[in-house]
Amino acid sequence: MTFYDIIFYLFAAITLISALFVVSTRNIVYSAFYLLFTFFGVAGIYVLLGADFIAVVQIMVYVGGILILLLFGVMLTNKITNVEIRTGTVQLLPAAIGIGIFMGAVVAVMIWTEWKLEPAQIPLTTTKDIGHLLITDYVLIFELLGILLLIALIGAASIARRDQE
Amino acid sequence: MLTEFGKIFIFILLAAIFVIITLFISKFVRPNRPTKEKYLTYECGENPQGSPWVQFNIRFYVVALIFLIFDVEVVLLFPWALAYQEYGIYGFVVGLIFLLVLGLGMAYEWRKGDLEWARPQPKPPKLDEILKTKS
Repeated sequence: MTFYDIIFYLFAAITLISALFVVSTRNIVYSAFYLLFTFFGVAGIYVLLGADFIAVVQIMVYVGGILILLLFGVMLTNKITNVEIRTGTVQLLPAAIGIGIFMGAVVAVMIWTEWKLEPAQIPLTTTKDIGHLLITDYVLIFELLGILLLIALIGAASIARRDQE
Repeated sequence: MLTEFGKIFIFILLAAIFVIITLFISKFVRPNRPTKEKYLTYECGENPQGSPWVQFNIRFYVVALIFLIFDVEVVLLFPWALAYQEYGIYGFVVGLIFLLVLGLGMAYEWRKGDLEWARPQPKPPKLDEILKTKS
């Protein structure tokens, strides 16, 4: 077990444990805060995979943007505490069978797939290469992304706008 | 051999360990004499009224939505900003068009008044109106 493995399991544990808290907490504000650690753990795993740009995007957009939006969405609701979230177990046996089959399939694939293992190497930075591609080969997509964001901006604002009296 | 992210990881780790150790030590050192008042929410010395879980103003949500869009824009500008200088004026124009398209959205929001903060509009009392109602 190398140092790399230890860091991986640390981030995986952060992600899974906080995700468990997200679904099990009764107060939805606490759920939103636990989601922060889930996003953070996922960002750590991206870094370990060498996807540095995606990791930064994960932290900037998900932790910095979407989580704030979620918190405001939660705080805009009338009832925050004492919300009736159904956490009872319904249809225990069919659920157990379904999850068992799914888990079995996933574990079977994990065991019988021939993984191509390569020794870990220092990952190269990707942000500048993405920039070169965005300016040369994918320049149309880059500008279309701008238009897509414009549509999202106008659409979001007109839906969320308070009715003008 | 450390990558840049390795340094960041060590930094985060040290910050977490520092907080944990400080809280752990202070738990043993500090006296523990809780009273009912110490457990109340601090509201500038007043007794707290009602629940702190109040409904927030919808304006926060709109601003957060607009912020999220521009957040994604900034993320897309990072790779462009690293590479555009090698393409001369062409690279600059590519980014300029991208920014102008989003500037159009910004102008739309501005014109439509989505960036305005919805203030309550108090009516200051006027002297002649008061006199009218009294007479």
